[in-house]
Amino acid sequence: MTQRNRLQGGLIDRSKTISFRFDDRWMKGHPGDTLASALLANGVRLMGRSFKYHRPRGPLSAGSEEPNAIVALRTGARQEPNTRATTAELFDGLTAQSQNRWPSLAFDALSINDRLSSFFAAGFYYKTFMWPAAFWEKLYEPMIRRAAGLGALSLQPDPDSYDKGYLHCDVLIIGAGPAGLAAALTAGEAGLRVILADEDPLPGGRLNAERLEMGQQASHAWAAETTAWLAAMPNVRLMMRTTVTGAFDHGVYGALERVSDHLPVPPEGKPRQILWRIYSARAILAAGATERPIVFENNDRPGIMLAGALRAYANRWAATPAKEIAVFTNNDDGHRTASDLAAKGVTVAAVIDTRTDAPKSARYEVVAGGTVTGTSGRLGLKRIEVTDARGQSRRIDCGALGVSGGWNPNVSLTCHQRGRPEWDANIHAFVPGGTLPEGMVVAGAAEGAFSTHAALHAGARVAAAIAADLGKTPPSPDLPQAEDAPVSLTPFWHVAGTTRAWVDQQNDVTAKDIRLAHQENFTSVEHLKRYTTLGMATDQGKTSNMAGLAIMAEVAGKSIPEVGTTMFRPPYTPTAIGAFAGRSRGTEFRPVRKTPSHVWAAEQGATFVEVGMWLRAQWFARPGESHWRETVNREVLQTRNSVGICDVTTLGKIDVQGSDAAAFMNMMYCNGFAKLPVGKTRYGLMLREDGIAMDDGTAARFAEDHYVVTTTTANAVPVYRHMEFVRQCLFPDMDVQLISTTEAWAQFAVAGPNSRKLLQKIVDADHDISNEAFPFMACAEITVCGGLRARLFRISFSGEMAFEIAVPTRYGDALMRRMMAAGEEFGVVPYGTEALGVMRIEKGHAAGNELNGTITALNLGMGRMVSKKKDAIGSKLSEREGLNEEDALKLVGFKPVDAQDTVPAGAHLMTRGTPVDAAHDQGYVTSACYSPNLGHHIGIGFLKSGDARMGEVLRLVSPLTGVDHEVEVVSPHFIDPEGDRLRA
Amino acid sequence: MHDLNPITPLGAAEARVDTHGPVTLTEVTDRALASVAARLGHEDETVAILTDFLGATPPAPARLAGAPLTAFWTGPDQWMIEAPLATHEDLAARLAAMADGAMSVTEQTDAWCRFDLTGAGLPEVFERLCAADTRSFAGGEALRTAIDHLGCFLLCRAVGHISVLGPRSAAGSLHHALLTAIRSAH
Repeated sequence: MTQRNRLQGGLIDRSKTISFRFDDRWMKGHPGDTLASALLANGVRLMGRSFKYHRPRGPLSAGSEEPNAIVALRTGARQEPNTRATTAELFDGLTAQSQNRWPSLAFDALSINDRLSSFFAAGFYYKTFMWPAAFWEKLYEPMIRRAAGLGALSLQPDPDSYDKGYLHCDVLIIGAGPAGLAAALTAGEAGLRVILADEDPLPGGRLNAERLEMGQQASHAWAAETTAWLAAMPNVRLMMRTTVTGAFDHGVYGALERVSDHLPVPPEGKPRQILWRIYSARAILAAGATERPIVFENNDRPGIMLAGALRAYANRWAATPAKEIAVFTNNDDGHRTASDLAAKGVTVAAVIDTRTDAPKSARYEVVAGGTVTGTSGRLGLKRIEVTDARGQSRRIDCGALGVSGGWNPNVSLTCHQRGRPEWDANIHAFVPGGTLPEGMVVAGAAEGAFSTHAALHAGARVAAAIAADLGKTPPSPDLPQAEDAPVSLTPFWHVAGTTRAWVDQQNDVTAKDIRLAHQENFTSVEHLKRYTTLGMATDQGKTSNMAGLAIMAEVAGKSIPEVGTTMFRPPYTPTAIGAFAGRSRGTEFRPVRKTPSHVWAAEQGATFVEVGMWLRAQWFARPGESHWRETVNREVLQTRNSVGICDVTTLGKIDVQGSDAAAFMNMMYCNGFAKLPVGKTRYGLMLREDGIAMDDGTAARFAEDHYVVTTTTANAVPVYRHMEFVRQCLFPDMDVQLISTTEAWAQFAVAGPNSRKLLQKIVDADHDISNEAFPFMACAEITVCGGLRARLFRISFSGEMAFEIAVPTRYGDALMRRMMAAGEEFGVVPYGTEALGVMRIEKGHAAGNELNGTITALNLGMGRMVSKKKDAIGSKLSEREGLNEEDALKLVGFKPVDAQDTVPAGAHLMTRGTPVDAAHDQGYVTSACYSPNLGHHIGIGFLKSGDARMGEVLRLVSPLTGVDHEVEVVSPHFIDPEGDRLRA
Repeated sequence: MHDLNPITPLGAAEARVDTHGPVTLTEVTDRALASVAARLGHEDETVAILTDFLGATPPAPARLAGAPLTAFWTGPDQWMIEAPLATHEDLAARLAAMADGAMSVTEQTDAWCRFDLTGAGLPEVFERLCAADTRSFAGGEALRTAIDHLGCFLLCRAVGHISVLGPRSAAGSLHHALLTAIRSAH
């Protein structure tokens, strides 16, 4: 196919010809084309099917406001649905498919919907698919979704990457049209740090779409020259292909830069897009304006488009949808389109101007006071029906119709902080109003100054004011002479008496639908939007909202400003979810924390488990072990019988120092710490302000003014944050300093009857770690392996004689290897988190499962630990009546009556003979495991008055998993309840 | 002298060096770190002790100063002290010995991993990583920021030389994030 509708001139690179495919047809275009301009140049007007009625549609616009020409771009995993052909830059090999049609774009079976349109009025599915109710989810909704809709996802992972970034500037200029360029020139020359962002790859905005003179040169040439000047300024950053998508608090803007969308594939290591967060001292919104169509009968045929778009295609892209065109307008701008196209050699069949005093032309016929009252052409416009001021109708042949109902300033970003636009009766459009986002000013067409002269000077003026405000001397840029035509427009929103006249082409909303919505009392503009879907989807009603408001105002007997606008929200144009995710996806969703012994554990073939962001060894399987429990049983038994080692670095460690450290510790923990002797460790329970248990762990006292607090792995950060809050906000007069040392020390639990013997081979001889010199709960700063500084704690989570030894993290790997070698004679085993869990359940120690946010010290059997002799965070509120009822839950153990049964965590306890319901619930199991030492399953959990019910047999039920058997209430301390082992 | 061999935050015997385009990314493991926080009412004494130790006044908020002993500000009346590991592995102990109840000292040497980025075009890298305005860095800046969800210190030792201190356990992820950003920017 030749480029039969390619015109002369334009800003495309004719020195290169590139190929692209649309559906099954290969065509030619040039660099600088968009997909839409290249298709038009190749004589293709039909580019899609509409959402609901599957009506044939072509492009309405030449920009990001496009409602119709949306396609699936690329293929395979890179296929992206709902891409606007009007903004997709053409590259060699580009592939696009039309959407929402079957079997082909030209013949779409579901266009039958158009014939059945009387059944599909606004809200039809709310009324139609009401019964039976169950059918909605299973049948109706899937059916409607299949029939209607836009493009389809590839359902493959996105192969591209996305960056997120942060930029800083004195002034962010949004839009590189005449106002934006003049503003950038002024601000740049004043020495401000400037970011100039525009969604277009080519700076200039409408200057590239017009046939205007600026000074002695064409407007696009002035834009190019100014851009080159700006590019040479080190303080100015030009960001083309960058859409500012949202205005947020404190001068922060979101912007999406399409780094590689104009390329077949992003270069190696480069992102497809970058979502920028721009911190600006000031912002200038120079986003221009969007033309609005007029609503008339069958106004949606391919070939009917905005007059300014028709002009842009001809001037910038040297393309026209047809060789014979007409224009339908209510303002002078429509005439500019007609004269520009005529100058390009396109036949202008007529300009239909709704104004009776329309300007006349020697080059084409002007139908003053006329309207377009109908169109024909199944897959593309063939002719229009025109009714003149006398009411007489006639047909005019044309392949394209440019429509202009005036221009709407792009106010969207001014409203993201809930500012509401105001009606400007002079230009019959909403302009920025109310409270703008902090630091934002508006210039040019975005504030309703539509001439090039006005835009240039407004841009320069606001930039100069900002420069002065920021302490710079504003220059006086040499701005060229430019057109300064006044706005000449008589409002005309829609042709009366229509039956099928489209207001919102993307959502197939007609003028009739709006009238119906009003009739059914959806009179609020927000209700109108939801009921009819006017202004929804990818274009957010950029070309449709005004006509919708105008028709609503008319039927409601109100003015347009009385009807008001719906809320504008970010993002301004569709933004891929991938851009919001950035690099945080898949295995890189969050950082991974590795323990000091990770490399060694991986060498041993450990299986790792995620614990928060940590990767911890879960178990260390040996050859021949066929099941993880076999491995865990071995690790548990060998630890209890000889010695095992576990990396416990993940537990939080907080250094507490200061002359008030003891008083602070007393405040943090419900039990006493002030009298803890130096060189001793104590178990502590930390309560929340409301008296609920927050975390537990040990704290060691290394000096009168120095404690080291240990937290659970999960609560390392929350506890540190809590302690900082207490220090900084509740007790700022306490002399106490905190810092996390979790990462600084590699810490290992060495547990089992041979743990001391093993450590005696590691700890330097001048440190006596015998039971007499270093008894249970002792702590000391020692040296190991010939002088390395270390810390030793005599604490036990397993219930065995055990130690925790800590060395600077860089030596953790070497210490692990050394201890494993030293323990060889004892058959030392490394054990993972699973064996750790089994041993702590056997011992009846609470952990995260028990500290579940509802549990008190009393529930844990530690009620007496809450000291009455001192104040502590949460101690007072733990005395609340509701937390101290007679039948309060108590931590107990459970063993199955039938030794073959399990004791699953989460199962609930019922007194035998009572109904299984919440009213009779007696408690629940929190942690459970198979105990290799006891030879059966065990569990711990909370039972009402549990401490008084030892030996009672209860029903253990889990209706969800079908568990229903009997368990006996026992002590939670299954192993060594007297604690002889750990004191050995 | 003990006989345990250290490993780097990235888990190897030797520090890693990567170069891509104009930027070199180096894992730095030869510095000792200790945090110093003035005790309540002893702020001036702390400044005096640190001045004596560093040979210069400890830096102002958001600043880094000194060489070969370096300090950077971490909070009101708080600093992190850096020193060559070869001569100051006992840095925390030395400072604690000088404290005399005026300041709290905690060893931080292995709490952090450190990656130095050197070369041209560092702002292009960091603008893909964190909210810090590195384009305005002239040397001597010290900021706390988040990179790849990790709380990090950003220290500008000179134009074209920025250190990133992050949690040691997440060194692999941080290194990956830095290298990815370098490859994205250059």
